[in-house]
Amino acid sequence: MSGKVITVDRIKCDGFGTCAQLLPERVHLDEWGYPIIDPTVMHGDEGKHAKRAVAACPRLALSLIKVAAR
Amino acid sequence: MSALREAAPSPALGELRLLGEKVGVDLTRHVAVHETNPTRGRSRRGHASDLVTEIEDAGLTGRGGGWFPTGRKMRAVVGAVKHNRKDPFVVVNAMEGEPAASKDATLVQYNPHLVLDGAVLAAEAIGAKSITVVAHRGGRTHTALARAAAQRASAGIDGIDISVLDAPGRYVASEESALAHFVGDGIALPVTVPPRVFESGVRRRPTLLSNAETFAHIALIARHGSQWFRGVGDPSAPGTLLVSVSGAVGSPGVIEVPTGTTIRTILGLAGGTTGSVHSFVTGGYGGSWVAASEAIDLPWTVEGLRPAGGVPGAGVLVAVPTDTCALVETARVARWMAGESAGQCGPCRFGLASVAEGLEHLATRRTSSAEVRLLEQRLGIIPGRGACRHPDGVVRFAATALTVHESEVVAHLSGRCTGTRRTALLPIPSGVTAIPVSRPGEEWR
Repeated sequence: MSGKVITVDRIKCDGFGTCAQLLPERVHLDEWGYPIIDPTVMHGDEGKHAKRAVAACPRLALSLIKVAAR
Repeated sequence: MSALREAAPSPALGELRLLGEKVGVDLTRHVAVHETNPTRGRSRRGHASDLVTEIEDAGLTGRGGGWFPTGRKMRAVVGAVKHNRKDPFVVVNAMEGEPAASKDATLVQYNPHLVLDGAVLAAEAIGAKSITVVAHRGGRTHTALARAAAQRASAGIDGIDISVLDAPGRYVASEESALAHFVGDGIALPVTVPPRVFESGVRRRPTLLSNAETFAHIALIARHGSQWFRGVGDPSAPGTLLVSVSGAVGSPGVIEVPTGTTIRTILGLAGGTTGSVHSFVTGGYGGSWVAASEAIDLPWTVEGLRPAGGVPGAGVLVAVPTDTCALVETARVARWMAGESAGQCGPCRFGLASVAEGLEHLATRRTSSAEVRLLEQRLGIIPGRGACRHPDGVVRFAATALTVHESEVVAHLSGRCTGTRRTALLPIPSGVTAIPVSRPGEEWR
């Protein structure tokens, strides 16, 4: 059984904050505007919303990776 | 980098493998002392030689701070070569980025050819055709390694090209992805991982990047075998290691001890402590603070130091005397380390600056318990959120300073400081401006 998690390329990320707007259930921002991401495997509809957030990132810093579910 | 003098080696602990005799750059003398390199020929692409097995059996672990099994790393590089069909690359990290460390400098003054022998043997074992050695720009280590490499080239003893580069002395330049980036593209900045250096390092080739001391151990394993190597030290990470001992000790310097030697014994070999010591810095500025009473009898290994929150890191041990305010020291180091951030990742760039500021307010007793709580919250959210481990190291250093010196934090909150020392203890490299903790009108202490 595998699932998907969201990761961010910390060098590409410039703190636009789009991810936190589109995926508040998974991403919130620190006081400097950089994402803090829930690293656990996503369920149900979350994948669909996550894909939208990945596509919308102005810096293309966000991605979905497949991991073995824990 | 620092002016540590070399402490007398101790025969009481058995043989000295790396610092036994100060051979220097003279190749003839090196061969007379250590014999010629026991070359086994270069491995075919995608194949590991039996030296890799020997290093695995020896249980050698990386002495640069990661303490990762070197044989397993070499095996991973060979695996990556097999997979992506690119020739591997070998990088020797002699940068010694930790300001309180001088072990690589000492090793290179004693036995530069042992480091280069190890690099040549490792390159042959994984089928690499080129080696790059990187040292701090303008330093003695770079000069000695360049001279040693030139001697080998004119003697024609290696069937492989060794180039010696000098890199800028930024702290993050010693980070492995930054160093591979520098060797390949001339840019000493960390890159996003994965892919890791072993699979895609210098110019996207699988790269074996290890610390200079690790390569010297490889040279000795090739000569004497894994059983000999395991003859001393802790079974979890056998052999000897170099420790840079400084602070309140009689004879600061670099000493060679078996892994698993206790802090008490290490301090004894460095002339013993001078006066009362309340805490230690272990590992380096990316390492951690430990309480002297908790750590003094712990063995110097990853597992051994853990009960007190210590880390062996790059072999740094600083004995911090009771007259020194650890919060002031930590604020200075944190400000310097914040400035050493490459500034590529937001949580590191902004987070470390805010941590340094919080520590400066605490050090100068211009803080409140609410601000200390905010500092602790920030320390909680920064780790794991940079491309490299630089922010994690600074946070660990700062967080352990607060927990180990909890009573000093309380004192500072009520406007008192127990430190009486008027000069800085922990070294900050010259030529780099650290913002002083004091403000105009307040005397720097």
